[in-house]
Amino acid sequence: MEMSLLFLYNGLRGMKKAFEIIDHTADVGIIAYGADVEELFSNAALALFSLITEPESVEEKLHLDLEVSSEDRDSLLVEWLNELIYLFDVKHILFNRFDIESLTHNELKATCYGEDFDPIKHKIKIGVKAATYHMLKLDKDGDGYKAQIILDI
Amino acid sequence: MARWQGQLIKIDDYRWKIPENYKTGMRVPGLIYASKEMLESIREEQALEQVANVAFLPGIVGYSFAMPDIHWGYGFPIGGVAAMDIKDGVVSPGGVGYDINCGVRLLRTSLSEAEVRPRINELINALFHNVPSGLGSEGKIKVSQKEMNQLMVEGARWAVKRGLGSEEDLDVTEEGGCLGGADPSKVSDKAAKRGMPQAGTLGSGNHFLEIQVVKEIFDSHIASIMGITEIGQILVLIHTGSRGFGHQVCTDHLRVMEVAVSKYGIKLPDRQLACAPIESSEGQDYLGAMACAANYAWANRQCIAHWVRESFSKIFGKSPEKLGMRQVYDVAHNIAKIEEHTIDGHKLKVCVHRKGATRAFPAGHKDTPRRYKEVGQPVLVPGDMGRCSFVAVGTQKAMSETFGSTCHGAGRMLSRGAAKRSMKGRDVARELESRGITIKTGNIPSLAEEASQAYKDITEVIDVVHQAGISRKVAMAIPMGVIKG
Repeated sequence: MEMSLLFLYNGLRGMKKAFEIIDHTADVGIIAYGADVEELFSNAALALFSLITEPESVEEKLHLDLEVSSEDRDSLLVEWLNELIYLFDVKHILFNRFDIESLTHNELKATCYGEDFDPIKHKIKIGVKAATYHMLKLDKDGDGYKAQIILDI
Repeated sequence: MARWQGQLIKIDDYRWKIPENYKTGMRVPGLIYASKEMLESIREEQALEQVANVAFLPGIVGYSFAMPDIHWGYGFPIGGVAAMDIKDGVVSPGGVGYDINCGVRLLRTSLSEAEVRPRINELINALFHNVPSGLGSEGKIKVSQKEMNQLMVEGARWAVKRGLGSEEDLDVTEEGGCLGGADPSKVSDKAAKRGMPQAGTLGSGNHFLEIQVVKEIFDSHIASIMGITEIGQILVLIHTGSRGFGHQVCTDHLRVMEVAVSKYGIKLPDRQLACAPIESSEGQDYLGAMACAANYAWANRQCIAHWVRESFSKIFGKSPEKLGMRQVYDVAHNIAKIEEHTIDGHKLKVCVHRKGATRAFPAGHKDTPRRYKEVGQPVLVPGDMGRCSFVAVGTQKAMSETFGSTCHGAGRMLSRGAAKRSMKGRDVARELESRGITIKTGNIPSLAEEASQAYKDITEVIDVVHQAGISRKVAMAIPMGVIKG
């Protein structure tokens, strides 16, 4: 695998990068950053939707409350992304903002903002089919947090 | 990514062993089928480490195998084969992969290149129109929850019962297009919801539908039994799987396996290898759900094959029968199956995981279809869209060495990103066109990701399995028209 940096996306807070996209032989990965775990989860979701479409093309027209649970924090991150992948695949919703309202080591509550997929307005870049446990990492990174997730496409 | 520096012991020109003592915890050695030249590129990533990791799994018998098209996967390498004793072994969703029963179906025709080439654009357009493809593609058949339950249990027969294909198609499909033990109650509501709208769609990524021209016949006797008789004859290859349905089944059960790993005290070198004893409720639940996804994929390819026949019929103004559009075979590339094999003279029931590998049963085997009883089960090995594809057959040697398994394709060499960068500024569609290959896709940017440069040369892959004797090559065809999802 080569870990080339394809692009950086600057989060709303301006200074710190929110995520990076990395290559994996058959698939693609994301590295998400956050000052806290909540921001990390939000940035990982942003990274996911930046792979699927152009995030600027998505407007906040609807919101959805989500609750996700899992065994531990690492797998919670995988489940969180899998839930969003599912919502896009079945309900065809694109999201571009995530309010993480509560987050424990195995439970997450969030409000997700976005709109229904419109083939005229939104260009779909790749079909992401699953978030995997392969090379999954979620660690402290200086003052904040960093996570790596490989996605099956 | 670091080069893999582990030790490989040469057995012969096509077989290489990772000794059992390479890593503490390996229960069996690794066995890699490759030429010396191919090993150089295989060592560039950590796929061989994954071969060693698979050898940790409880109940593994013989070797952890890698076919010459091996590349880096999740947990298991792609191109990996592992058989576990059903008494004390495990089943691992990672050993099947996300796209459960991703596979290929080959149709032959009585048409020649001279008849098809002048009408290739029309034909490709008709196919593109008739076979739903692309990102988030939804089917033209509407499947209710009740029908979905039937589809999961009946597989390809579900489609045949609706007039999409014939009984003969089922005879020349692995497992007759229906894997036993399918249990829809083990499939989540989420998975079913993802599956229902996508039934009868090609999908995206590396899935494709290809019109091919026979270029070489290596064994005319076996080829003629398959209905492949002339150089220049037209074939159609369909490559797709279980779409979002299989992905959700895998995702759901990986989560269950995560818990099972600690429940049963299984020590794993990689989290993605999560597994459970075959005979445990977790193992049985996965196998029941996996069979549903495998059957979904067979139904999917059955529907698509029917629409391919319809499209040809429309363009050439003759019935599919008149056009000689018979199915050669349909094989799974990602699956786990309970099979009986003979090990050291003893019969043993094992769960064979084939992840990016093809079943390759020999002549005379009870599961080799009647039409191929004397020559062996057809093995369909697609290459990348710019090169060629092969048809081979299974052998006795595959049966005795690799649990009746062989390679499945070219195997990726460059990541999607790297492929895109290497093709920067080049018009892939135009380059293919100049070589006589018409391509149509709903997603042009992704074409570069699937360019020939991204894949190993399929000819080298086939030569290894042929020389090693685990399959025998029969014919080779090149693409003339391609639909990429």
